This record gives sequence, C-alpha cells and structure tokens, in this order.
Amino acid sequence: MTTTLSENSRTLREQSLFMFFWARFRKHRMALAGGAVTILIILLVAFAPFISADPMDQDLLNRFKPPSADHWMGTDDLGRDMFARVLYGGRISLTVGLLAMGVSILLGSIIGLVSGYYGGMVDAVLMRITEVFMSIPSLFVLIALGMFLRTLDLPFLKPGSFLPISLVIGALSWMGTARLVRASTLELREREFVQASRALGATDSHLLFLRILPNIASPIIVSATLGLAGAIISESGLSYLGFGVQLPTPTWGNMLSNTQSQMTTAPWTAIFPGLMIFIVVIAINYLGDGLRDALDPRHSSRK
Amino acid sequence: MYTYFIRRLFQSIFTLLAISMILFGLISSVPGGFMSVYTERSDYSPEDLARIRAKLGLDDPVPVRYLKWLGNMLKGDWGNSISTKRPALEEIADRLPNTMLLMSIMLVTTLLVAVPLGILSAVKQYTWLDHISTTLAFAGQSLPVFWFGLLLIIIFAVTLKGADGKPLLPGSGMYTLGEEFSLADRIKHLILPVTMLTFVSAAGYMRYLRSSMLDVINEDYIRTARAKGAKERIVIYKHALRNAIIPLVTLVALDLPSLFGGALFTETIFAWPGGGRLYFNAALKTDYPLVMAVLMIESALIIGSNLLVDFVYAALDPRIRLS
Repeated sequence: MTTTLSENSRTLREQSLFMFFWARFRKHRMALAGGAVTILIILLVAFAPFISADPMDQDLLNRFKPPSADHWMGTDDLGRDMFARVLYGGRISLTVGLLAMGVSILLGSIIGLVSGYYGGMVDAVLMRITEVFMSIPSLFVLIALGMFLRTLDLPFLKPGSFLPISLVIGALSWMGTARLVRASTLELREREFVQASRALGATDSHLLFLRILPNIASPIIVSATLGLAGAIISESGLSYLGFGVQLPTPTWGNMLSNTQSQMTTAPWTAIFPGLMIFIVVIAINYLGDGLRDALDPRHSSRK
Repeated sequence: MYTYFIRRLFQSIFTLLAISMILFGLISSVPGGFMSVYTERSDYSPEDLARIRAKLGLDDPVPVRYLKWLGNMLKGDWGNSISTKRPALEEIADRLPNTMLLMSIMLVTTLLVAVPLGILSAVKQYTWLDHISTTLAFAGQSLPVFWFGLLLIIIFAVTLKGADGKPLLPGSGMYTLGEEFSLADRIKHLILPVTMLTFVSAAGYMRYLRSSMLDVINEDYIRTARAKGAKERIVIYKHALRNAIIPLVTLVALDLPSLFGGALFTETIFAWPGGGRLYFNAALKTDYPLVMAVLMIESALIIGSNLLVDFVYAALDPRIRLS
C-alpha cells in the first residue's frame, strides 16, 4: 500500500516538474524552432545512405556543375555530388561535436564536483590546474596538435581520423563547466537536505551522485548544449585550416578548405557546407538559450 | 595591497611555467614530432638523421631538453625557424606590426558598432530595433568566422564589379602588387578583413552590454536620477552607461589576446602578412621552434591581460585584495 502511494506521488512529482519545464520552454519560439531544426538535421544525416548518392562517387565529366535537379547542391572539383558530401560530412562533424562535448562535460563535471565537494587542498590544486588550462591559447594549441595528428600513423588509427581531434577539442574546453559545477556544488554541499543525508550515514559517492548531481543537472545540460555548438565550430575551423579531419573523409570544415581557389568558377562549393555549419550552430544556440530560460529561471537571457 | 599583487604575480609566473611544460611535453612526446621535417624528406641518409638528432639535442630525455630550452629562452635565444633559418623572435617581430594594424582598427570598429547598438537595444527593449539587433548578434555569434570571410570574398571580390569592371574590393594581401603605397589602397585592402572580424566580435559585446545595461536601468539609483528630474539622455549616458560599461571593458581586456586567434583565420583567408598567417604556415611546415615561440607569446599575453585586469580591479575595489 505504502509503495503504491509513494510511487504515485513520485510520478506525479516528475510529471509536474517536466510540465513546469515544458510550459516555460514552449514559450520560447526560437528555441522550439532550434530544437526542431537540430532534430531534422540529425535525422537527415543519420539516414544519409537512404537519401543521397555515394559521396565518394567521382564523375570527372560533370565537374563543377551548378545546383540542379540531379545535384541539389551542385558538384565539386571531382564531380562528386555536393549534397551527398554535405550529408556524409555532417555525420563526421556532428559526431566530433558530440564526442568533444561529451569529453568536456565529463571532465568538467567530475573536476567541478570533486573540487567543490572536498574543498581544501584538493580544491586548490584542481582550481590551479583549471586556471592553467584556461590560459592555454586553445586554437593555437589545437593547430599545433593537429600538425602532428594529421600525419600520426598508428596501427589502430588512420592518420587524420576524427577520434583524436574530438578528444583534444574536449580536453581543451572543460574549464567553464568545471567552474560552474564547482560553484553549484559548494552551495549545495551546505544545504539542509544534503546535511541531513550525511547525518543519516550516506557515503561521499551517494551524496555526490544521488543528492548533488541531480540538482545541478540543469546548468550541466545547458552548458552541454552550448558546448556542442562550440565544438562543431572548433572542428570546422580546424578542418578548414587543414589540421582536423583529413580528406577524402568529408566534414563541413574540410569541404571548405580548397574552395577559395574555386570561388570564381564554382561559388556553391564554398556556400553549402558553411551554410550547414551556420544553420546547425544557430539552431543549437537557440535551443540552449531556451533550455537555460526554462531550466534556470534565475539566469534568464531574455529579461 | 602589495602582498596581493606579489601573490598574483607569482601565481601567474607559475601558470606560465606550467603551460610551457605542458606545451613542450606535448610537442616533444608526439612520435615523429621534432624530426618529421627531416624524416619526410628522402634525401637524408640514416647517418644524416642521426647527426641532426644529436645536433638538435634530441637524444637527451625530455626533462633535460625542457630545461635547456627554458634556459635558452630566458637568455633570449628562442631558436631558429627551420624553414627560413632566421631567429624565431625576428620572424615574429617582422609580422607583428601588420597584425597590430588589423587588430587595432578592428577593435575600434567593433566598439563603434557594439556600444551604440547595445545601449539602444537595452533602452528600447522589445522594439523592432532591439529584435533586429539581438537576432543579428545571435547570428554573428553562431557564424563560422572563416566561412563569413569566404562569403565576403564571393560577394565583394568576385561577384560585384566596380565601374571599371574590376572587382569592387581586393580579396587578398595588404597592397596592390606593382602599385606605389597609397592610403586609399591600404584602406581598400582593410575593408573586408575588418568587416569579417567586426561582425563576429561585435555580436558578443553587443549582447553583453545590452544585458548589463538592462541590469543597471532597473537599479534604484536610476529611478532616483529620474525622480530628481534629470533628463533621460543624462540618466542613460551619465548614470547608467558609466556603470554598465565597466564589465564590458574587463571583457574586452581579457579578450585582447584571443583577437590573435581571430587574426589567424582572417590573415589566412585574406593573405594578410601578419602573425596569425605566420603561425599557420609554421604549423603547415612543422616548424616547431617557430610554433613554440608563438605559443609561448600567446600564452604570456593571455596571462598578462588576466593579471592586468586583476590589478586594476584590486586597485579600485578593496574587497578583492582583502579576501
């Protein structure tokens, strides 16, 4: 009897929390649109093999063809279908973004939680490390690392693969999340419900993961969303300069790298990949903006 | 007061040392790393390669090499560029004025766009002007800066033609080849790179100023100023802006070093012979002494601007240095 009752009240509470969030979120029209566009692009990219031609298929008789019914985004310097390459490139670009964001959020959350919860020397050391990483010129270092990664040939990894670059982007962008999580943890550590749980004999990991973490999920979700947009921009910039994922694997960034010399003859090769980056990033940014307004009413960007 | 300054100064030196260790460790531990320039060329025999290794001191363990490198750096010897054989510091000093020219003009235009728009957006909140500039700012923040540069070239240096049938604006370099220096020519070459950087960086500052203006406008002392009969213009520019602009000044100061990051894309796309393009080319050629030199200067700039902002704040606000 008691179990049913508590289960009922639990679903009721979760439902109302979600309804509360949804009621706020749906008022933010641009965030709704951003979410819809993000989902649409993820679906398009995921089902690329069913939608488009082979992105590696060369057709040297049809080089630099402008957009047409056959080739929606035209063809490139080797006569490959740009639409197919944009979809397949999106797979890599979005994967790199998600991986890098995952690494960054994981590192940032763990360092922030440990630092804020234990305090003292642990906190001092971790915050010094955070400060060191914050002073690293990340774009320059990414290029320096890319300079080696693109020629690095390991038995289990092709040179210029997307994996190392994702890890590196993530490893250089966790600091903001760490500071945010630390500040929230410091505050929550002293709150009554955490103290009460501690008094009842809860262990550190119980307090950290079951009491504190759920209460700082909102800022983490928001910074994950905005971090995803940032990671996509980082990858595209790096690959554009030639230090990220290497051709012939297409990404939105490296598809743009040789376009500057083709601009007079085939401007579409320089327009579509960049347009996709722009659309995805602005959609995710609007989504993040709306999530922040809905999840964290104290910190509203709209006022 | 002085203990705070000295403590911060030591912290900064420690941070810079830690960064130099991380960077040196990373670059020297990557397989192939320092030697890749030579091993990629087939005309070196194994004996040649061994001699080069010995000459570069690569047979020592990494910590020893780090200490040697650090010692040389402190003496002012930052190594020679592998491709030009000239001292890395000289190479950088040659290019720096060009980057400074681009960056200083861009900073002025950025503030000229961001400050008035930020104020107007806040004062006229929720009007069409606010909606348009906030949307544009959001777009600016989501725009991949290098793609925006490519678009500018497509539009102004390829598609649009001037009265003489030539492209409207030059899309690369600092001057027209074969022409004598003229101010008009230099300005023409500056328009596109400056526009590219301005749009993207003004976006962030504009949104920031808007939100800090909105915070200030709702403060009691603004209501007091209005209540005593001050003109709206005086209330906004004398009372509100003065307080709202302080965080923006901090932000700009902290951002100064990262402007060189933006310069990296701009200079690469518009073939501007500055420090960013130097770094890009050095990385393409795995010219590690030059790469390390630029990395260290950039890190020092970031740490230096942080320190400067902290000092100014501590001088102005006693609560910071006492805590």
